Amino acid sequence: MKTFQMGGVHPPENKISEKAAIEVLPLPQKAFIPLGQNLGAPAKAVVDKGALVKVGQLIASGEAFISANVHSSVSGKVARIDNVLDHSGYRNKAIVIDVEGDEWEESIDRSPAVIRECNLSSEEIIQKIKEMGIVGLGGATFPTHVKLMVPTDKKAEFLIINGVECEPYLTSDHRLMLEKGEELIIGVTILMKALKVEKAFIGIENNKSDALENLKRIAADYKGIEVQPLKVKYPQGGEKQLIKALIGREVPSGKLPLEVGCVVQNIGTAFAVYEAVQKNKPLIERVVTLTGKSVKKPANYLVRIGTPVNNLIETSGGLPEKTGKIISGGPMMGKALVSTEVPVVKGTSGILIMNEKESHRPLMSNCIRCARCIGVCPMGLEPVLLAQLSANERWEDAERERILDCIECGSCHFTCPSGRPLLDYLRVGKNKVGQLIRTRAKKI
Amino acid sequence: MDTLTISGSPHVFGGQSVKKIMYGVVIAMIPAMLVSLYFFGFGALRVILVSVVSCLIFEYLIQKHLMKLEPTINDGSAVVTGILLAFNLPSNLPVWIILVGALVAIGIGKMSFGGLGKNPFNPALVGRVFLLISFPVQMTSWPVPKPVFSSALTDAVTGPTPLGLIKDGLKLGKTVPEIMSDPTFPDYIQTLIGNHGGSLGEMSAIALILGGIYMLIRKIITWEIPVAYIGSVVIFTGIFWLIDPTYYADPLFHLLTGGMMLGVFFMATDMVSSPMSRTGQLIYGVGCGVLTILIRIWGAYPEGVSFAILIMNAFVPLLNKYIKPKRFGEVVKHG
Repeated sequence: MKTFQMGGVHPPENKISEKAAIEVLPLPQKAFIPLGQNLGAPAKAVVDKGALVKVGQLIASGEAFISANVHSSVSGKVARIDNVLDHSGYRNKAIVIDVEGDEWEESIDRSPAVIRECNLSSEEIIQKIKEMGIVGLGGATFPTHVKLMVPTDKKAEFLIINGVECEPYLTSDHRLMLEKGEELIIGVTILMKALKVEKAFIGIENNKSDALENLKRIAADYKGIEVQPLKVKYPQGGEKQLIKALIGREVPSGKLPLEVGCVVQNIGTAFAVYEAVQKNKPLIERVVTLTGKSVKKPANYLVRIGTPVNNLIETSGGLPEKTGKIISGGPMMGKALVSTEVPVVKGTSGILIMNEKESHRPLMSNCIRCARCIGVCPMGLEPVLLAQLSANERWEDAERERILDCIECGSCHFTCPSGRPLLDYLRVGKNKVGQLIRTRAKKI
Repeated sequence: MDTLTISGSPHVFGGQSVKKIMYGVVIAMIPAMLVSLYFFGFGALRVILVSVVSCLIFEYLIQKHLMKLEPTINDGSAVVTGILLAFNLPSNLPVWIILVGALVAIGIGKMSFGGLGKNPFNPALVGRVFLLISFPVQMTSWPVPKPVFSSALTDAVTGPTPLGLIKDGLKLGKTVPEIMSDPTFPDYIQTLIGNHGGSLGEMSAIALILGGIYMLIRKIITWEIPVAYIGSVVIFTGIFWLIDPTYYADPLFHLLTGGMMLGVFFMATDMVSSPMSRTGQLIYGVGCGVLTILIRIWGAYPEGVSFAILIMNAFVPLLNKYIKPKRFGEVVKHG
């Protein structure tokens, strides 16, 4: 069975919510919809305080090249546009809406009927995706329409769909593949049309055999879609690792997947694209896994964007006693939240609750130069060396040792027997090297 | 909920620790320890105990009083150094010499560089070579193995190692087959199980190989260094043996005698003082093998494992600097 060769680790999978069918979470009383939910520039608000909005109405417009529209996920009245604590741990601009009823824009098709035919051209599809504010739902939240615009000097050959869900605990993509298989395969065909490619690969790790079988069966009726089982290994969901595992091509250092003719989209994004293009529905809700060993009812919820995390926790039986840490995303790459008041955003794939005992890092001791971090690095880097260079502020050397290739998967810190926070050092280093390169570019 | 812990990812960990690795090495040394107890009885027990306890005490005292640090003697690294040092000593060594060895190993070999993980040389080997140069007579008079349950009454107290026998025999103008045909010369089976003269831990090749396999399975060591070391020894000695079997001993003899297996599996693979990249480890292993045989065949000492590994330790920073792992995306492949 296929997988990527270089490095990788096997954290305990802990997919405790994989049997829980997707449940619709009740509407919140207040929705907090941040303007910056995508990678790139935040959107600009186009409604004022006091405005009445419907579900699906545009409330902030992504004007910069790399930006995405934001739509209201609820109906009601704009209470204020204010700085609100979000998943980043900082206060950022958000539109706060007092929820009244559940009135949808009439243009949105809310019927459960599956629409298979799509007669739009490539440009029209991309325009539609842009309008509907679709971003990558795997967690990176890169605006999808930008990714689909292939520069004239490049050619896309393959669409790669990421159904790997290699993060432990998370099951939202898994449930989507089981319950919305037909829709997301249609989403894949729409993405293929947008990119003008004949072939798409869907990569799924073989710990989700039911999802694999389901998509294989459905994809058999569509041309050019191949569902490929992959051997479980973290971080297979990394773009470069996934391409390597599926078609054996290696994206060159510092380049995008397009360099080897690939565009990678998450499986959840394919579903959002289906809804946007076929149902005219903006990205206003998503599937979020609420999980953790001490959670009473681990679940997968369909959540309106802007719903406070607290609502999910309460619906799953409340915050467990002795909670130590709440993570937005998975345990390998997720962010620790500072409060349960922060809203679910487009990039929230899961909320993981860890008890006090699990919440602390192992104590740090001297590096014993065992080279395990080098062995597990999926990018072939030397985390121990990069961490040293970063600690000593030797940014140029760090750049030469390709610190910017680091995908921040955390395998190095995960595996370090001395409990050294290698990725912390690397993040600082990447940041500084990035600044250095930008100032250099300005001087020229 | 009173407080939430905030930290960067990752939030789960593999559960490995320095302690687990070090005590894994200790477990791997148990077979060789049992063999030494069987052949040398109380003498072996005395050397091992004195060496381990003194290494622990020296590390504690230096950390607490000289370096003013919180002592970390329960991480197991001083225990490993203590056992390895004992393995490299004859079982009749006076206690005070063992203490000197332990002080040099821990004090100079390890702590003077800053402690665990910072030492360029294998501390146990530093201690052993210091003793070998300072006390050559005591360090090279090896008691003849006398199994605990054997009824044989031998008066012989000490005898040379097989490597020493070869070296001395060649000086007297004998050929290798002549030396080996002497009834007192141990055969391959005896060297394999450890019934021959030598330091207390290097006796039994089979016990050391068992330990090595255990460490490979538990991924405490990687295969590169042992394979490169053994491979280069076989090829290097094989060439000379084929050229002139009357003057050069065969590869199997070289593999099974002296500190070869101890060096291959426990000394050269010390993660602190060996290279980090896989290719670097291969080069290092070959270097160890070639140097060991150079010293054994043409050097003044009959045995060369300790010196070879120490010399290669000195090359490790260079190997780490210039031998890099293959980067992802370095070679563009279209498949």
